[in-house]
Amino acid sequence: MSSGVVIILTGVLVASACAVLGCFLVLRKMAMLTDAISHAILPGIVAAYFFAHGPNILAGFLGAAIAGLITVVLIETLQNTRRVGNESAIGIIFPAMFALGTFLVSKFFANVHLDTDAILYGNIEFSSLDVLFINGVNLGPQSLWIMGALCIINFSFVIIFYKELKLATFDPGLAATLGFSPVLIHYALMSIVSVTTVGAFTAVGAILVVALMIVPAATAYLLTDRLPRMIMLSVLVGSLSAFLGYWLAMLLDASIAGAMVSVAGVLFGLALLFSPSHGLVARWLRVEEQRNRFASEMLVVHLLNHEGSPEFASENNIHHLRQELRWSDEFTKRVLRRAHNEGLIQQRQDILELTETGRQRAQLVIAR
Amino acid sequence: MIQLLYDLVFNYTLRNVALGSALLGIVSGVLGCFAVLRRQGLLGDALAHAALPGICIAFLLTGSKSPIVLLIGAGIASWLGTLLILRIVNDTRISEDSALGVVLSVFFGFGIMLLTFIAKRNDANQAGLDKFLFGQAAALVASDVALMALLGGVALLIVVLLYKEFKLLTFDPGFALSLGYNTRQLSVLLTSLIVVAVVIGLQTVGVVLMAAMLIGPAVAARQWTNRFSTMIILAGVFGALSGLSGALLSVTQTRIPTGPMVILSMTAITFISIIFAPNRGIFWDWLRRKRHGKNYLQKAMNEWDTQRAAKEGRL
Repeated sequence: MSSGVVIILTGVLVASACAVLGCFLVLRKMAMLTDAISHAILPGIVAAYFFAHGPNILAGFLGAAIAGLITVVLIETLQNTRRVGNESAIGIIFPAMFALGTFLVSKFFANVHLDTDAILYGNIEFSSLDVLFINGVNLGPQSLWIMGALCIINFSFVIIFYKELKLATFDPGLAATLGFSPVLIHYALMSIVSVTTVGAFTAVGAILVVALMIVPAATAYLLTDRLPRMIMLSVLVGSLSAFLGYWLAMLLDASIAGAMVSVAGVLFGLALLFSPSHGLVARWLRVEEQRNRFASEMLVVHLLNHEGSPEFASENNIHHLRQELRWSDEFTKRVLRRAHNEGLIQQRQDILELTETGRQRAQLVIAR
Repeated sequence: MIQLLYDLVFNYTLRNVALGSALLGIVSGVLGCFAVLRRQGLLGDALAHAALPGICIAFLLTGSKSPIVLLIGAGIASWLGTLLILRIVNDTRISEDSALGVVLSVFFGFGIMLLTFIAKRNDANQAGLDKFLFGQAAALVASDVALMALLGGVALLIVVLLYKEFKLLTFDPGFALSLGYNTRQLSVLLTSLIVVAVVIGLQTVGVVLMAAMLIGPAVAARQWTNRFSTMIILAGVFGALSGLSGALLSVTQTRIPTGPMVILSMTAITFISIIFAPNRGIFWDWLRRKRHGKNYLQKAMNEWDTQRAAKEGRL
């Protein structure tokens, strides 16, 4: 396989493994906890490196998973003292763990291949060079095996415990009364997040792991209200970012991981602006529509109110509206046009009159 | 020890490192109090990460590596990041937590891409932008420290001038609004001051560890007092103390970067405060529980109840 294919495949596998978990993290409001874990596993990796006398995948996974769980427990303990808020607890623990990790690296391993650059950006670029040998047989790039295994683990975890995860996410109280332990599910999810983080860590680095977990899931959350569809969309967005990110990185001769995240960011931005249900543009249009409808209803009620009264001619004059309802000229024009188009009013010189439909609408509004 | 004190005054590098770190500690300690009490501690983390692409773009546009230019870029980027976070939280159903995560990681990823793009352009001038990742206090020169002092001084001055308003906004934003203050503008101003603190910290502790500089001193100071003004001053002192000790620890050892040492000293101060501070320290809770048995609170309440009942003649 050419190195490009290996890199794209690794990227797609990393993104998928992260995205499938990310949905639950976004829904459970644990995005920043994930960020904390991704930083805090560093001392775990360093310790594993120390005890295994060199880079060892299994020791690395174990060390990272333990460090991740320690972080979660520490944050919760700190929070349970009730002296510190949740977000402050996160903000105290993870920089401390990360600082400890960088301290250990620079103190004891300054010369070895555990440099801080790799921690931050990872080195997916070299994924095709690290080949897995078992009994002397060349089995192909190691990253594919690791990320493939993680993908299988994560997808099976989500599929097998789908019901439990869904229940504990949307209604932890009900989950507890039905006998599923939300705490157990919480820790199971955190462990699997830690393990995935360390797997993805070698490929894309500490901070970008967070991006691949949170950004595709948040994008999917803007696009759909159904959980299965959200998971599928999230995996799709993640994979697409990996694929397009590779080409962008080739084009600019820049970090592949950084480019993948940038593409994911662009996709999120598009969803943020243009999602038909939850996007900003749709929201602005909706608000505008409501404002205009409300205004035209105000208008017909006002007209009905003064219909047939002595001051009719002055009250229902176009120029009087501007003072009475405090509308700007432009807005008044827009509302009049709208009301006219809907057949609610008719205009005789400067005097406005209700049509039959307009009168019915005004009565309807008042009755409401 | 004497030698160390002597160096602190007369050694150019050490003096700059110590002054810079202490300055950062004061400014971030003071502003962190507002952030922590408004439950926005992690906003600082997101802002710090969001600054990275700003630094890169400022360099790409001007080709200059002067700290002022880069820090202006950093400030603009992290300010845009804040506005984006606020927009996402207010106008969509995405939670604050996810909005922080998205902005933090996307800006940072974009920054990393730009950083590597710059590094590979064979440009002799590019080296050194990556020092903003972890900070490089040892490279601080006198003009950097002067710039930090200027920015930090302006930020602190604004806090002093608007102390009453900021305090009100922090403790009771609804009441502030009802008194006719423009809470939206005040809130944006306060967040902008936090951006200033972050920008000051970039050269010293770097984007990754900046969150702790805002949160740690404030949490530690909260343990020792119930008065806001005292808390702010204490947080400044704790920040300065951890900056100073971090700088000294890193300089006396070889190959130890300053940023992580500052953060580790501060974590130590924070934990000592959480455990041992009078009244609020958890150690005293533990001691009381041990001395009076497990349900001492329950017992105390029962006793109080009995006494009151006796006094009211119900017994």
